[in-house]
Amino acid sequence: MASTSITPDLVEPTPALGPISEAWRRFRRDRLASVGLGVLCLLLFAALAGEVVTEWWVVFDPTAIRLPDKFLPPFSPASTGIQDVPVFGHYLLGTDELGRDVFARMLQGSFVSLSIGFIAVGIAVTVGITLGGLAGFYGNLRLGFITVDTLIMRFTDTMMCFPAFFLVLTVVALLPPSIYNIMVVIGLTSWAGTARFVRAEFLSLREQDFVVAAVALGVPERRIIFRHMVPNAMAPVLVSATIDVAGAILTESALSFLGFGVQPPYATWGNILADGKDFIFDAPWLFFLPGCAILIVVLAFNLVGEGLREALNPRLRAR
Amino acid sequence: MWAYIVRNIAQRLVLLFFVSILAHSVIHLAPGEPSQVDPSNPRMKPEDIARIRATFHLDEPLYVQYAYWLRDLATGELKSFKDSQPVLPKIGQRFLNSLPLFIGTTLIVWSLSFPVGIQAAVRRGSRFDRTTTVLAYTLISIPGFFLSYLVILGVVSFLNVPVIGMKTFGTEDAEPVFQFMDRIWHLVIPSLMGAAGGIAILSRYVRSQMLEVLSQDYVRTARAKGLPEESVIYGHALRNALLPFVTMFGFLLPGLIGGSVIFEQIFAWPGLGRLGYEAMLARDFPVILTLNFIVAVLTLAGTFISDLLYVLVDPRIRLE
Repeated sequence: MASTSITPDLVEPTPALGPISEAWRRFRRDRLASVGLGVLCLLLFAALAGEVVTEWWVVFDPTAIRLPDKFLPPFSPASTGIQDVPVFGHYLLGTDELGRDVFARMLQGSFVSLSIGFIAVGIAVTVGITLGGLAGFYGNLRLGFITVDTLIMRFTDTMMCFPAFFLVLTVVALLPPSIYNIMVVIGLTSWAGTARFVRAEFLSLREQDFVVAAVALGVPERRIIFRHMVPNAMAPVLVSATIDVAGAILTESALSFLGFGVQPPYATWGNILADGKDFIFDAPWLFFLPGCAILIVVLAFNLVGEGLREALNPRLRAR
Repeated sequence: MWAYIVRNIAQRLVLLFFVSILAHSVIHLAPGEPSQVDPSNPRMKPEDIARIRATFHLDEPLYVQYAYWLRDLATGELKSFKDSQPVLPKIGQRFLNSLPLFIGTTLIVWSLSFPVGIQAAVRRGSRFDRTTTVLAYTLISIPGFFLSYLVILGVVSFLNVPVIGMKTFGTEDAEPVFQFMDRIWHLVIPSLMGAAGGIAILSRYVRSQMLEVLSQDYVRTARAKGLPEESVIYGHALRNALLPFVTMFGFLLPGLIGGSVIFEQIFAWPGLGRLGYEAMLARDFPVILTLNFIVAVLTLAGTFISDLLYVLVDPRIRLE
């Protein structure tokens, strides 16, 4: 809730509470969503700290292979005489089949998993807002024999004819495996929903008094779009983006399960889980730790998304 | 009405054409050809690769390849790159395998979501409502294969129920009743796993829809008339809350293929999703493209049917 630009500059003179602080008040009343937000803040901190320490500090090296120490359960001490001793001399979350420290790998994975989620959704939201906004604002413009609206919305319909996961799988299976390809592919295949409801928001906003007034005042089009319409259309985008980050993390883990996920040496929670399933009896922590971690984080994103939906939806305020 | 239907079908056919062109370009422009699946094989000489490319028309321009694909699909002559089997019977066979799984999943989802969603809405804020809410979010958030592995572990150690594949190997001579029950047991766990996410999403949707309807004026009127609560909820509220779910029948159809890759892979179920997955690994373009085409047809047919159903059940909506 850092952005204060959501307040449109044509609202009635100073209400007691701005729309943001009022939404924040409603959001905090939702206990589950508040807990979710707390978890996400912790995770964000862990991801940033993890990226720093795994990069610069050798005790957290997630790629250090220590073959004498493979399949050690959580909290077991490192054997003596080993190079690259883990932090505190203990493997906090155990080791995997190559003796790599699972704690360090989970730390690195939290950063990679989160960046996949955020970048994929960032791409989807950018494409969705651009296309949906164009269709909503300039929909009546004619390009030759069809309108802009027809062109963009038929393209959106075309994209919606592909089943999402099947399409991601097709493209990821055909492209060379790389972490950037996965981000871009998940992003470019999931913008259709955003485009549709941004268009719907724009169509209804265009008729509303404050936009009509802005047009009548001769406010330039660019300012009407970015200062008056986009901030008012942001609420549903924000909600669906939050939930889509959860979806992207799940998609990545499903891709990892099929062997098309992020490839080594990058660790993500998805591929730690997918690799761990082969050792479910010998080393259950390799399977249960990343599985529960994904569950908790995705749950947190979903709860925060739902909390935002309730907090930002003016129709539910009356209840 | 008829003009609307004809126009709508025509629009969808045009859309289908563009979908197939897009799918064709994506698959052919991506790196990696069927002739390069096994580049490290020393017995693959350049002339062999050239021969393979010529046989599959891979050396022709893209639009010619598209025309070949369309012609072969229309005449039913389309052959798989991998094993030269005709594509359509191959897909038909897998479709018959996927069908029971699809029906089982759909039945479980629709028969569980509605009671749960309605009860949660009617008793809003109660312990039942809060429990099902948390449970629904957990089911949405858990990675499908993680949950499946947990359930397989539990089922195999406690219930002694077969879970992998479509039937137990070597039961061909057993009595028909035994074989039938064996099939059913193999179907239960994969259907449940496939249904888990669906139940969560649909029951939440039913709940919010019921809450919306329950706050309407006509529900208050029905209560004010002194109607029994059951008649208010099921006679007045539910019937109106059901309207949007008619559209969801349309979205069910494409789920036949798209939603099942992971679960068919886990449970070694020889269905359509796995066919698509295997075809991708082998760069079997005709199979991928045809599957994709069928999904697009199902999606378009599904949305068309749901539009029509909407008009049938809701007299306030008119097609113009």
